[in-house]
Amino acid sequence: MYPRAFTYHRAGSLREAVTVLSQLGEGAKLLAGGQSLIPLMKLRFANPVHLVDLNFISGTSYVREQDGALHFGPLTRHAEIEKSASAARVPILLDCAAGIADVQVRNRGTIGGSLAEADPSGDWATVLLTLSCEVRCAGISGERSLKLNDFLKDAYTTALAHDELVSEIVVKVPSGNSGGAYIAFKRTAPVYPTASAAVQLTVEGDRCKDIAIALGCVGLLPIRAREGEAALRGQQITPKLIESAADAACAAADPQSDMRGSAEYKRHLVGALVKRAIEAALQRARGQQVEVSHIYA
Amino acid sequence: MPEAPQKVSIQLRVNGKLHSREVEPRLLLVEFLREDLELTGTHIGCDTTYCGACTVLMSGAAVKSCTVFAVQAHGAEITTVEGLEKDGELHPIQKAFRDCYGLQCGYCTPGLMLSALQLLKDNSNPNQKQIRKAIAGNTCRCTGYQNIFKAIDTAAAAMRSSGHGD
Repeated sequence: MYPRAFTYHRAGSLREAVTVLSQLGEGAKLLAGGQSLIPLMKLRFANPVHLVDLNFISGTSYVREQDGALHFGPLTRHAEIEKSASAARVPILLDCAAGIADVQVRNRGTIGGSLAEADPSGDWATVLLTLSCEVRCAGISGERSLKLNDFLKDAYTTALAHDELVSEIVVKVPSGNSGGAYIAFKRTAPVYPTASAAVQLTVEGDRCKDIAIALGCVGLLPIRAREGEAALRGQQITPKLIESAADAACAAADPQSDMRGSAEYKRHLVGALVKRAIEAALQRARGQQVEVSHIYA
Repeated sequence: MPEAPQKVSIQLRVNGKLHSREVEPRLLLVEFLREDLELTGTHIGCDTTYCGACTVLMSGAAVKSCTVFAVQAHGAEITTVEGLEKDGELHPIQKAFRDCYGLQCGYCTPGLMLSALQLLKDNSNPNQKQIRKAIAGNTCRCTGYQNIFKAIDTAAAAMRSSGHGD
């Protein structure tokens, strides 16, 4: 399959990329890893007139630790994050990076591209919503930093202006008594998940000091399950309470029936994933090594 | 009337050989390999980033060549199935797929062997789980995978004992 013809621009710097975008107007799009954009172009759902390739810009792919935060270059591939010792300090990031699609897609796909695309079934936004995450955006008139929650606007829609791009993603490293886990349910590796759940939990003795729960693929955007969080926050953690938190969390889901399952099925599924993710996050918060992997149908 | 399509100069190495071409930006890497270079060992299966039949190594990393534009491979080193054999001698991965009968129709085999190659470059002694994860992006509709797992395991052992670098 061939996409519609387009004009190709190979950007030498992020600055050049935003300049080209502002000169060319709305018909110009950025090409990062291309693992979503190229299939959309081949199906002619996306028909950019100009494509500005970011892949040849040096210094845009990195994971750095600085002042208690992890800084990700916009073109950092999922596979690099999967192998990064710095990212491994925050296990939920590893759950995400190592579980996206398959090896080939992880070798190309980027964290910046994933956030900028804002696919309702994407993995990164769901995971990063449970952490303190800022998205740095660069345009020709300068930089700004947005909280992820303010960056995500709607399905496939972010706060990025047409001539802006994601220049860095900054994630605060959670405290030592905090643990997180991300679990997605998929039919096979290369497909998007049917549903997913991300949990970051901080403990204080036997109590849940704080918790963030995010649900993926069950709404137009990843959903913070506030009522599920409230059920556990400040409480003594018991299996029964985890159960009620998961029940409260899945009430926040707003799934659509589609080829991956009915809305009712997905709501039930996401509750089960939340329960498992809380259990894994709790073990990790207590300093135990737990391997988490996605669940395949 | 549409204007004449843009052509972009690319230079890349495929299986060690340098190629310079002028290509349309929308040309996919897999089409470039098959149509321009006539290296038809790389197959097109689903053409939707799912099946992995088109897997090649791009500067050492397995990619689905139906989801990379040829212009993006400028300056890269590509390895296709044609690059596995050296001096008329099959690569240990090819031998293992043959010996273990790790194929039936053979359509997915080139992609599977390239995914196996990336795995074995990074990990000379993978366990079953690591083998499964490494080929999760390659679909085989014939074999049920058992002989493919066996072939990769066998290739790993052969490469360890012969000190095979790649």
